Amino acid sequence: MDLSTALWTLASLFIIGLAYFSAFAFIVGLIWKLVTYLRTPMPWPEATTPAPETDAGAIGRVAGDVLFFPNLFKSDKPLWAGAWIFHIALGAILFRHLRYFSYPVPQAVLYMEPVALILGYVFGIAALYLFWRRMALPRSLYISNLPDYFALALLGAIAGTGIMVSYWAHAYLVDVKDFMLGLLTLHPVAPPQHPLFLIHFLLVLTLMLYFPFSKLLHAGGVFLSPSRNQPYQVQKAGKRYVNPWDYPLR
Amino acid sequence: MAKFDETPIVKDPAHNGVLKAPKLREHASAEVRCWPGKAKDTLPIGLPAELVPDWQEKALQKFAELLEKNKALRVYLDICVRCGSCTDKCQFFLGTGDPQNFPVARAELLRKVYRRYFTPAGRAFPGLSDAADLDREMLEKWYIYFYQCSECRRCSVFCPYGIDTAEITMAAREIMASIGISTKYVTEVVAKVYETGNNLGIPKAAWIDNCEFLEEDVEEETGTFFRFPVDEYGADVLLVPPSADNFANVDTMIGYAKLFHFLGVSWTTSTYCNEGGNFGLFLNYFNLKKVNKRIIDAARMLGVKTIIWGECGHAWRGGVLTPTLNGPMDMFDPPYPYHISQYIVDMMNKGAFEDKIDKSANDERVVTYHDPCNPARGGQLIEEPRQIIRACCNHFIEMPADTIREKTYCCGGGGGLLTDEIMPIRMAGGKPRAMAVKHTHANYLATICAICKAQLPEAMRYWDVPVEVNGVINLLTDALMYEKTR
Repeated sequence: MDLSTALWTLASLFIIGLAYFSAFAFIVGLIWKLVTYLRTPMPWPEATTPAPETDAGAIGRVAGDVLFFPNLFKSDKPLWAGAWIFHIALGAILFRHLRYFSYPVPQAVLYMEPVALILGYVFGIAALYLFWRRMALPRSLYISNLPDYFALALLGAIAGTGIMVSYWAHAYLVDVKDFMLGLLTLHPVAPPQHPLFLIHFLLVLTLMLYFPFSKLLHAGGVFLSPSRNQPYQVQKAGKRYVNPWDYPLR
Repeated sequence: MAKFDETPIVKDPAHNGVLKAPKLREHASAEVRCWPGKAKDTLPIGLPAELVPDWQEKALQKFAELLEKNKALRVYLDICVRCGSCTDKCQFFLGTGDPQNFPVARAELLRKVYRRYFTPAGRAFPGLSDAADLDREMLEKWYIYFYQCSECRRCSVFCPYGIDTAEITMAAREIMASIGISTKYVTEVVAKVYETGNNLGIPKAAWIDNCEFLEEDVEEETGTFFRFPVDEYGADVLLVPPSADNFANVDTMIGYAKLFHFLGVSWTTSTYCNEGGNFGLFLNYFNLKKVNKRIIDAARMLGVKTIIWGECGHAWRGGVLTPTLNGPMDMFDPPYPYHISQYIVDMMNKGAFEDKIDKSANDERVVTYHDPCNPARGGQLIEEPRQIIRACCNHFIEMPADTIREKTYCCGGGGGLLTDEIMPIRMAGGKPRAMAVKHTHANYLATICAICKAQLPEAMRYWDVPVEVNGVINLLTDALMYEKTR
């Protein structure tokens, strides 16, 4: 066994190990956060007026928040457009990635193929716009810090390497898929020897590691915001929010 | 000329009644601070007399406790992405240009400390994670900027996740209160409630006196005898007005009396609790609950059938919280909690005022309506006051759409800021509202909040807007046709 093979074997092991570690941190981190949130009581009514008065209405309000960002629309149209396009493109791209780790590949994913590259560009441009905005607008600049730039740069770099690996310096799809399915079925095989793909993959692992410990948690938190997900029912049938830690007054 | 330092205030004009974000002026309001609480007020309301020796440790303990107890706080500390949507929404930023008055920058003061001590990333790499120690300097910033927030929640309306900076400000104030940092104004008011039953410190005898005086005065003026009952056992309704209604905003107090007289409903105020306002909201949970309990206790003592909250903004937030804070209200007639505006609208829908309203009585008034923060963002009370005004006024004009309803601006004095030593902040915070009122050319600014009624006249004078600030209920009762014989 020559030196380069040995090094590659070590690198493969490292990548596979990191993949499992990142996935573990991602899943456990998210579950830990979710459990913390769900365990913590919301001890009083908090709904922002005008609030829906039924549970279904509250679900509708949160669904609207998740899908359309109405509060951002009211507030700042260019930011809304940038952010909405960014997230929709991200969602579509994530969905398209099923192609790399599902078998058989869902029909819908294959239908997306003609627009996949466009989605990638749109996502990258939106990330660039959001990054530019942070530095160019004095108010945004004032509140932006290292983690804000880091998250955007990381996502932008993932998009860039992803586009390159798919449409320029192709990674061999069968190798990629073997590798991904191997990881998912817990029978890992060596990753494709394709530097650009490996960079793309390592950046994604970084994102997974970073996710539960950062502001990216907004992806889950948007469902848990009491001012949005509570229906206003205080006056209907005297709804009480029973406060589990409340103490009696002397 | 103003009798205070005007440098924190941005004087840029508005366009069509709406203010654009001013240029950033760092530290513009960093020197404006409330006077600190005094031992004579803090000790009786269960707070330390001064900064406790091991304050840092105690503060972090309290912080940890709040994180365990309040989901909103936990979620809101984690999920902000600093998108900047809120940065031009706070009236205190629009009025001062101080970027620390961005809602997000204000919240970051607490978030930095949260990250430093309560998140793995912040504990391991404080430098990289935008975390900060809780030191003297940070505590000082907390004291200044969490007392330049009126807990009005306007930013929440524009946040993609509905992050409620009021929750964050309340948590910060609660932590500060627990280590002996509070303001003189808020603690003084809370202490007065326990002493006298109301925020103004009006003794029982003076309250009764004033009610009798109002009876005579109104009779002289109108020829009709309207009762202002006090402590009447067995009345149907206990009215909890803001105590200022009996002294400063007497038109509103007279409005209550005329309304109940017209409807033939027996009502009373209580000298144990003649205050709907609850400065506990601006201080800590313990006092919030304890002050609010007085309302239920007073209602029980007087054996009333129901409680009606008067024209007071944050009192209504307290009203909405009442079943949660002080137990089920099922000994009272539903609906509960019940606001006077909702009561009037319910009566209106039942036809109680049919053909009894003479709208021309208000013809000299060009009315516009200021939504107080708590009813319009925390109390589901947006339509009712408008319905009342439309029913009794011919000239009602709305302010620009971005300044009303749930997007309303704070008057600039809510959340425990209605104190003279921070006049620059109050006038700066009142600017967006003043500009919007000016745009309507109204001569009557109606609102349903006693703090607004105290703050707005000063803000209107400062920004040179000639307008009378008064209640909604008295618009109705001025237009009602009473039967003189009764």
